[in-house]
Amino acid sequence: MKEYKNTGNKDTRSGFGDGLTELGRSNPNVVALCADLVGSLKMQDFIDENPERFFQVGIAEANMMGMAAGLTIGGKIPFAGTFANFATGRVYDQIRQSIAYSGKNVKICASHSGVTLGEDGATHQILEDIGLMKMLPGMTVINTCDFNQTKAATIAIAEHDGPVYLRFGRPKVANFTPEDQKFEIGKAVKLYDGTDVTIIATGHLVWEAIQAAVELNEKGISAEVINIHTIKPLDEEAIIESVKKTGCVVTAEEHNFLGGLGESVARTLALNNPAPQEFVATQDTFGESGTPEQLMDKYGLNAAAIVKAAKKVLNRK
Amino acid sequence: MPDIKELQDFATQVRRDILRQVHKVNSGHPGGSLGCTEFFTALYKVVMDHNTDFDMDGKDEDLFFLSNGHISPVFYSVLARTGYFPVEELNTFRLIDSRLQGHPTTHEGLPGVRIASGSLGQGMSVAIGAAQTKKLNKDKHLVFSLHGDGELQEGQNWEAIMYAAGNKVDNLISTIDLNGQQIDGSTETVLPLGNLRAKFEAFGWDVMEIENGNDLQQVIDGLNEAKSRTGKGKPVCIIMNTVMGHGVDFMMHTHAWHGKAPNDEQLENALSQNSETLGDY
Repeated sequence: MKEYKNTGNKDTRSGFGDGLTELGRSNPNVVALCADLVGSLKMQDFIDENPERFFQVGIAEANMMGMAAGLTIGGKIPFAGTFANFATGRVYDQIRQSIAYSGKNVKICASHSGVTLGEDGATHQILEDIGLMKMLPGMTVINTCDFNQTKAATIAIAEHDGPVYLRFGRPKVANFTPEDQKFEIGKAVKLYDGTDVTIIATGHLVWEAIQAAVELNEKGISAEVINIHTIKPLDEEAIIESVKKTGCVVTAEEHNFLGGLGESVARTLALNNPAPQEFVATQDTFGESGTPEQLMDKYGLNAAAIVKAAKKVLNRK
Repeated sequence: MPDIKELQDFATQVRRDILRQVHKVNSGHPGGSLGCTEFFTALYKVVMDHNTDFDMDGKDEDLFFLSNGHISPVFYSVLARTGYFPVEELNTFRLIDSRLQGHPTTHEGLPGVRIASGSLGQGMSVAIGAAQTKKLNKDKHLVFSLHGDGELQEGQNWEAIMYAAGNKVDNLISTIDLNGQQIDGSTETVLPLGNLRAKFEAFGWDVMEIENGNDLQQVIDGLNEAKSRTGKGKPVCIIMNTVMGHGVDFMMHTHAWHGKAPNDEQLENALSQNSETLGDY
């Protein structure tokens, strides 16, 4: 079984910051906005190198989204950064009307998504953002799994003409995808071939899915693992092909089971290849304070939960 | 510049267009549209340096953003009659498969529209963004925006007002259509706006007033005066006093015609007060 090596824990938000810095050097049309969270979003290097291309809007996310829409008129490519909660729920109508419906080329860059934001608690831990964003016509939704992938995705979305929601997180997590990867929007990445069960994971749950597959393998269960970094547009072909082979699926995400990756996968399968599915996700609940590890454990968002779900779904085949 | 008589004839025809658009589909917003007819006429016929061969990026031309999108009938009429799209297309206002949606949008590709509006309070932020891009592009042209007075009850405006002053967005002219009316009644009864001039000034804007926003010459002079105040470190706000429903006696001085179309008889009466000048579509 292939071994995925963690080259050292790193936060995905730093991947975003590094990607943005690189874009600052390579693409003169890229501009950035932030709502008083420059340090948290790791945007300082971009700002130092391109002060005239950075807009500090203060604690005013609605204005930030509107300004980002306006900045596109005249050819700029705005990257608007804040916490996922404030980048979606707080400004849903601004994104809907001024960005999505208006077809503006804005990149919404959302850090601190999910429960792994940790101690700040549920006011800051959004678990509904994938759903909110994927429902907007024309919106591309990406949830990256590690530092390298987040950096690659940040660079890639500048080349995509249209609104994008890029979701990443706060904690330092395993960095295991290739440093030189080519990030293809809408393209699934297969991590393991398997025959018994398909595990489809996104974001922080991808590393957990790898651990789960190793554990399942030791028990004689062959798991196929797919990293879905793009939730919309979904790589339906990769999902259908895999589940046709394995006959059942576990989806894993740091998000409510309502509105998340799991539901998108379920729809794809219902239409094309119905199969038993288990959902590793939060169960229609808010989060709470705690360390990221404690929260992932309490809310059933780790390798152990994926293994359990895989066994359950195998029994339903 | 066309002479004032020509411009007044233009405005009269626009008023007919507004009334006929909303009458045909028995919906839409005539009140604010009629009140802002002189503003749109002045802006598009005299004040703005703009290109009717529409390009979304709008480089090297002045830009306009309508924040209170419900007054789409006046916007559409003026865009059509200044050459952005065929005047006959006004016939499709609010109909299925039309580019002339109830509220303006870029989504159907209507030339002249650069942002969707309708959900209120978002236009100033967009205008600020576009103004900042003009600065980055070293484009000396200006950005204009229009806002309803009731619309200022939306909090996003005040985020934008604070930003524009704090960041010296001095290539922006935002006009407030002060007609004192909103859907549920007067702004005074629904939610008083207080002293708007003092508020904008306290935020750091250069504020001026157009005493009668339904006097074409005053609007032209006011907008030109505003242009002369740009580039001096402050965003410019024009508080423009208008009468909702102006030009149709029974629609004036009331919120009743904010979002209501005239019936056949009322249309005939209204049109008789605004005789055909440039030809109905």
